[in-house]
Amino acid sequence: MDFRPKITVERYYLYYGDFCALRDVNIQIPAGQITAIIGPSGCGKSTLLRTFNRMNDLIPNVRVEGKVEIDGADIFSADVVELRRRVGMVFQRPNPFPMSIYDNVAYGPRAHGVRNRAKLDEIVERSLRDAVLWDEVKDTLNKSALALSGGQQQRLCIARALSVQPEVLLLDEPASALDPISTFKIEELLRELKKHLTIVIVTHNMQQAARVSDYTAMMMLTSEEERSGTVIEFDRTVTIFTNPRDPRTEDYVTGRFG
Amino acid sequence: MSPNMERLDWKWPASPSRRRWLQRTAFGLLWVTGLISIGILVLIVAFVWVRGGGQINWAFLVTPPEGGLSGEGGISTTIVTTLILIVVTVAIASPLGIGAGIYMAEYATESSRRGIIPILVNAARAGVEMLAGVPSIVFGLFGYALFVTALKLGFSILSGALAAACLVLPVIIRTTEEALHAIPQSYREASLALGATKWQTTWNVVVPAALPGIITGIILSVGRIISETAVFYVTLGGSHNMPRSLMDPGRTMALHLFYLATDTRAFDKAMATGVILVVSIILINLSINIISRRLRAKVRG
Repeated sequence: MDFRPKITVERYYLYYGDFCALRDVNIQIPAGQITAIIGPSGCGKSTLLRTFNRMNDLIPNVRVEGKVEIDGADIFSADVVELRRRVGMVFQRPNPFPMSIYDNVAYGPRAHGVRNRAKLDEIVERSLRDAVLWDEVKDTLNKSALALSGGQQQRLCIARALSVQPEVLLLDEPASALDPISTFKIEELLRELKKHLTIVIVTHNMQQAARVSDYTAMMMLTSEEERSGTVIEFDRTVTIFTNPRDPRTEDYVTGRFG
Repeated sequence: MSPNMERLDWKWPASPSRRRWLQRTAFGLLWVTGLISIGILVLIVAFVWVRGGGQINWAFLVTPPEGGLSGEGGISTTIVTTLILIVVTVAIASPLGIGAGIYMAEYATESSRRGIIPILVNAARAGVEMLAGVPSIVFGLFGYALFVTALKLGFSILSGALAAACLVLPVIIRTTEEALHAIPQSYREASLALGATKWQTTWNVVVPAALPGIITGIILSVGRIISETAVFYVTLGGSHNMPRSLMDPGRTMALHLFYLATDTRAFDKAMATGVILVVSIILINLSINIISRRLRAKVRG
């Protein structure tokens, strides 16, 4: 399997004011694969993930240095609206809009100017099918999305993210608020989706990273004084979990700390 | 488990009776305070009803007041004037107030904004808080000086509505801002992450979700307009005739009550007008509850 980078991060630093939250991050996210980001709490996993669709722009006093490219194009000089269309995101807690199921999925295409009803119908159906939710909701599309179960809501959020045909899907601990069966469904879904998408998933759950991902990035704090997060090791998931280079990675994945 | 963790061996104080006594007394006192407050309210309404209720009949509602010392006639023109003032005032104040509230809640606090704008917005927020506490006669005199005199609108419904709009603007701005602040950040993030712009996010997700709160603010201001007297005393002119245009003077129900109680011998008619006012306010509050519950149910599903 050839390694084709979708996202390239080089000497990337992120500061909240004077505090350096991410230090010297270097990583290449492979296209068409699932990459897991693991590491202890507070080591900057979500911050790194939110770099890729520039959600950190919303936080006051954030400053970045270094290079982050998608398909060789700098994301910080890109149009943020177009960037976020290409790089979708699913959040930790299911956050459907207080609207109908249909309107939730049609929201993205409408925001990007799709008005044609037949076209919207087609996008909604295909997105819901891709998120393996269609059969459960096809008769209740006009019901409020908030009436769905947590697991269904999260798959709806995935359908909503898919509706604008992204190339990359970022997931920030998407199953941490879900029961094991819903979690299993989401993981199955991700394996299906990677045929068309590059997927990056932050997870606290090591078994999940091992089950679902092809590559794994291990993050860690640089030191107790600096408390900056960085990627200490990146490799195939099999290697990270069976034969890691860094002893800290081995300690973490074997559950010795973290 | 650490080795020096031992079981703490001591007896729990065995006297729950004092706590139970305190519990009963505290709740007893709370119950009494609640009873007294409600009792006073009921007394006021009952007093107004007993003194004025007998005067109310269909003729009272549909007959215009006759004016003069005796205070003969009904209140039909004052009902119409009140309704017109509500419509005109809300039409002026709600676009301004909702717009200002959205700007303060959604745009002014953006991370990219630095320097003068956050300072101005904080000053505006403090100003809004203070304006909400300013006695309404001050708004009235301001309205008199600006709209009646300087802008030469005279004593008219338009002058009264503009002055009343200044009065209710802080209410609408505050309720709008609070309603928007109550919307979870996760809605905004979800929308922005799809590539929607800030404006699309605000208009299509945040404002609809905040609509029950925003509408509550508008209905609250309707209540303010119905019960307001001082502002209209110095801007509206007080004519009890049926207004034919926005430039005509007029008299709201509350203002009519004031004139009847101070200038005429028709104290019972004043009380009867009071009954209508109280009933309107009760209906307004009920409608706030019903509308916001309906809208919330629609939003939640």
